[in-house]
Order: sequence, then C-alpha cells, then structure tokens
Amino acid sequence: MNELLEKLSTARGVAGHEGEVRAILREELAPFVEELSVDSIGNLIARKGGPDAAGQHRVMLAAHMDEVGGMVMRVNSDGTVKFRSVGGLDPRILPGKRVMIGPQSVPGVILRAPHAARSGRRVMPISDLLIDTGGAGGLEPGDMITFDSGYEQYEKLLKGKAFDDRVGCYILAELLKSEFPCELVGVFTVQEEIGLRGAGVAAYTVQPDVAVALEGTVADDLPKQNDVSPTTEMGKGPAISVMDRSAHADRRLVRILTETASDNDIPWQIKQPGVGGTDVGTIHLARAGVPAVAVAVPCRYIHTPAALMDPEDVKNTIQLMSKALSGPLGRPLGAGWSEA
Amino acid sequence: MRALIEELCGVFGPSGQEERIREAIINQLDGLVDEIRTDRLGNLIAVKRPTAGDEKGKRIMLAAHMDEIGIMVTHVDAQGFCRFTTIGGVVTSALIGSRVHFANGVEGAFGLEGSPLTRDRPTPQKLFLDVGADSKENARVQVGDSAVFRSSFGAVGDRLFAPNLDDRIGCAVLIQTLRELESSPHELLAVFTAQEEVGARGATTAGYGLEPEIILAIDVTATGDFPQATPMEVALGKGPAIKVMDRRMISHPKVRGWLESTAQEQDIPYQLEVLEFGSTDASAVQVSRAGVPAGTVSIPCRYVHTPSQVADYNDACGAVRLLVNALSGEYPQ
Repeated sequence: MNELLEKLSTARGVAGHEGEVRAILREELAPFVEELSVDSIGNLIARKGGPDAAGQHRVMLAAHMDEVGGMVMRVNSDGTVKFRSVGGLDPRILPGKRVMIGPQSVPGVILRAPHAARSGRRVMPISDLLIDTGGAGGLEPGDMITFDSGYEQYEKLLKGKAFDDRVGCYILAELLKSEFPCELVGVFTVQEEIGLRGAGVAAYTVQPDVAVALEGTVADDLPKQNDVSPTTEMGKGPAISVMDRSAHADRRLVRILTETASDNDIPWQIKQPGVGGTDVGTIHLARAGVPAVAVAVPCRYIHTPAALMDPEDVKNTIQLMSKALSGPLGRPLGAGWSEA
Repeated sequence: MRALIEELCGVFGPSGQEERIREAIINQLDGLVDEIRTDRLGNLIAVKRPTAGDEKGKRIMLAAHMDEIGIMVTHVDAQGFCRFTTIGGVVTSALIGSRVHFANGVEGAFGLEGSPLTRDRPTPQKLFLDVGADSKENARVQVGDSAVFRSSFGAVGDRLFAPNLDDRIGCAVLIQTLRELESSPHELLAVFTAQEEVGARGATTAGYGLEPEIILAIDVTATGDFPQATPMEVALGKGPAIKVMDRRMISHPKVRGWLESTAQEQDIPYQLEVLEFGSTDASAVQVSRAGVPAGTVSIPCRYVHTPSQVADYNDACGAVRLLVNALSGEYPQ
C-alpha cells in the first residue's frame, strides 16, 4: 500500500523495545508537527494546532508502537534459547515459526522441546518451546524476540506482522500530516500489549478533552460456519468499539463516528462488544476522566507473523477520522448526555 | 424512602448508559444541595456545603453507584435471535427464565440451544436472547444495545425484592440522608457514580477530580444467612453493615471507628462486614492521588448479581440514621 506502512510493519519492537518504531515516526513526522517529544516511559508525543485560542478543544489520538513477541529468558549450553511471551502469543501457532532475536536480529526458529514433544500433548505451552539459533553467540536474557515475516501485497489484501498496531501508527501519522480545527495531540504509546501502560501515563500528561485509540483488531470472519458473531469483518470498514473488557466507550463519541461515517458514505461496523481491550482502558480513567472511544482496522490472524488486512479498511478509517476531526470530533462535546 | 427505592429500581441504567437513572436522581435532589453537575464519565456530583461558619469539617465523598448489571447484544442472527455478552458480574446460571428490557422498551427472553430439558449448566455461549423478532431486519435491537433485568418490584413485609437493589437501594439511602441531614460541619460530595459494576471506573475519576479527605461508599453487601451460604457474619434485618474488609480494600480504622461509635451512641443496630469477594467504589477512591481514608456503609442483600435480589427495608433505614448522625457531628480527632 505504502512505504511507511511497510516500514512500520517490518520494524521490530515488542513492549519495552519500541525505539526502532519511534525513530521511524520521528523522522516521518518532523516536518508536519509543531512539537515532538518522548516522555519518561517512552511514548512519542506529537502536537499541532494549538493552543493559541483559549479553551480550545484538545483531542488525543493514540496508537501503540509495541507488537506482541517474546523475551529471552536463558541461553542454554546447547545453544537453544528459552523464552517467554511479551503480550498475548498463542502457543498453538508458534512451533516452526522464524523469529529474530536481540538488537542484531539474530535469526532462529521455534522448536518443541523433545521431552515435551514426546509427552503426547498436541499443544505445548510456551514454557516447553525453545528457539534454535544454530548456536549463535551474543544473546542475552532480556533480548527481545519478534516474528521474522515480510510485508507483502496479496491480490486485494496486505500481509505482514505487527499490523496490531502499526496500522494504527500509520493512520495516526497520516492524520498528523493534515490540519484540523482543534488542538491535536498524537501519542504513539508504549507497552499496550502488556497492560495499556504507556497510554495511561500519556493521558495524564496530555489532559485531553476527548481521546480516540486507533487500532488493528481481530477479524474472525473466516470460515463462516454459524450465524454467530464475528468480532469484526474484513472489508466492512472501520470497527467502532462500544464496550470491551477495558472500557465502555463514550456514547456521544460513538454517535459522532457512526453519524460521520453514514453522512459521508463511509462503511463502518460495531466491533463485537465484550472482546479485547485497547489503550482507551487507561486513557479514560486518567485524572478526572476522559471521554474516549476506539476505532480499529479489522485484521485476520492478528498476533501471528502473517496478519491480513484490507487496504480499503485502512483508507476508510483515515477518511472517517479526517471527516470527524474536521467536524464534530474537533469541537467540544455538548454538555448534554443523551442516549445514542 | 420505600417509595423512593421502588422508583429508582424502576429506572433503566446499565453501566455506561446511566442517562435515565441520572435524570431520575437529579429530580430527587431538587432543593437538597447547593450544586449539581455531571462529570466527564457521567458521574452525578451533588455538593452540599458546610453549615456557615463551621471550619472544623472535612471534605467527605459519599458514593453510591447508579449503574446496574445487564447484558449487551453482540450479534443478531438471520432469524432475529441475539447473542450477548454480560455487563458486570452477571450470574449466568440465573439467566434462564429471566427477562430483560432495552432502553427502547423491547423485551428479551433467554433461550438455550438444544433441549430446554437439558440438565447441563448452560454456558453463556449456548444462550441466546429472543427479542420477539423473526428476522434480523425487524429485530428492534442492534449490536451494542444494552438491556437490564426486568422483574417487578415486590415486598413482603419489610423484605424488598428487585433485580437491581444493587445499588439503587444505596442511591436511595444517600438521597434520604441528604433529606434528613439538617446541618453538617462537613462539605459533602454526594456522588452517584457511573460504571461501578465494570470496575469502579466512575469512582476512580470522580475521586481524582474531587480530592476528598474521606470516602464513604454506600453499597450492598452479600450475606451468610441462607441455606448453605458461604460462611459470613452478615444477615438481613440486623442493621447496616460497617465494612472491615473486602477483596480490594481494608477500611481505614478511624473511619470504621467513627461509624461504629456513632452507631453505639445512637443505639443503631449494626453488623461488621468482612466480604471475601467483590468490592465497592471506596476501594478505587482509597488509592486515588496520595490516598484517601475509606469506609463503607453496606446494606445486606441476598442473591446479588442475579435478577432477584432481596434486602430488608429496616437495614436501609438504619443506614440512613447512621449516616445522618455521623455526618451531623465532627470527624473524630
């Protein structure tokens, strides 16, 4: 789709090691924003458009830089690497996957420990998996482990790792290149996958009037067997969260987004309630509270080396956010509470 | 207050959609407080300033949560049946046979996949909601809509039956306390909180915003007074419970002592509460900013988080007396 998206997807950065992603975004955004800063926990904060007018409306947009991956626990004497997950890895998909380890991107492949493979269990917990690096030296406990997976254009879809949440970073970077009638603070957060840690810290600093988290989220629309709910469906537009495990969205913001989408013929969907969590979980509880909502691009096979997403959904998410920021999202929320 | 409890129990208000219950409470507060406002998460904050000339008072936050547990639609199938997720800690084994209603008045009945005579304990995934539709198109609900349990308010003597005594009875106690309190040396911040059932979220932000010196939650608590109950020294009809500890909070000994000595001086029957599961808004405010001394006045309630909750009216009245007497006087040195 785009060089920036490819760069962001292939950059390596699990929670606590977001430096490479941060550097790409800093370079990309420097010409477009008034201020770029990194806070004490590592969030990259980009500000533009304010505050020149008193009482101006401050909108915080958040996308997390970290991806799911692993961490080296021990390098065994036979050269294998014992590791643990950093964020939600599904052990069912791990054996046989290629990974890259540490700052030098040492290649390796995940194997099932032989004693565990003989146990008869079909799925090994991560504690029974190892990484074979062919005896590479220079690895240390604490080194990060990422999937080794390229960015590719399929027929109509994009394939890559870490779309959760590099697609959010991409969308946020694109939005920061435009002008909106509000004070816009784009926050590229750290440590989302291990408990929304960066976002809460950032929201405390930024003190926004409203906030939107931009995400890549689960699309479990294949295969279609029963008429029960998929979390989201690919190709059906940005997925707006009403409620997940981390937060109830502000209903006024949900209505702003759904009405803006409908008014502009942008497809949209409501993400299946009750599933997952986003940076909104900590943002909305910062200080005396922040009205907030999450908008996500549906991704199949998220948290694996090969996620798929539809570039139309990415475009539509940017379009929806641009229209909303130029319109009601860029203005103070009405004091009135009414049911959406 | 009995009519007030009944009225509040009749108002729709699942977590995250507290608009109607907030309006209902605002109507009750008319003339009782100096200031009313709604904050950014939807908490209703009513401020009653100290009686003029009194400088010995504290800034006391009193929290009762407006929201109630419920369900939210996650999918509507081609035949118009809905799948759902729970809002708050709904006891899912109690769903079969109960009914819900949506903000727009649509009713829902729970059904179970397969034979209705199955003796298996139903998992939530096997349950669905019948909303009286025969197609997705004519279902009058959509994904993201919330519903609350519907059952009529009932009373047998002083025992009250309702699906949401948790915590409408606490809201009523707080309103009644404001009605009966003639003077107080304290600045009272009566907060009817949002989103308690999903993790005391409203209290978290209200506690930060208000910076109280003391937090008292008014909420229901479980009991140990029914057949083969988990052992617990709280029973219906023995007075309000003064919380000692729950899963997320140990009450500040001075706050607890203040409430206990007030009850003893005024001959108000009370019980001490040690709750082994669950918590209240006070736990969230206790750790706000640099910390806030916390306590809770609890109204014993059986079958919490099911569609049929039972409490004793006398315990609610005792809670009002306890609060009015405590708040009329000074906080102990």
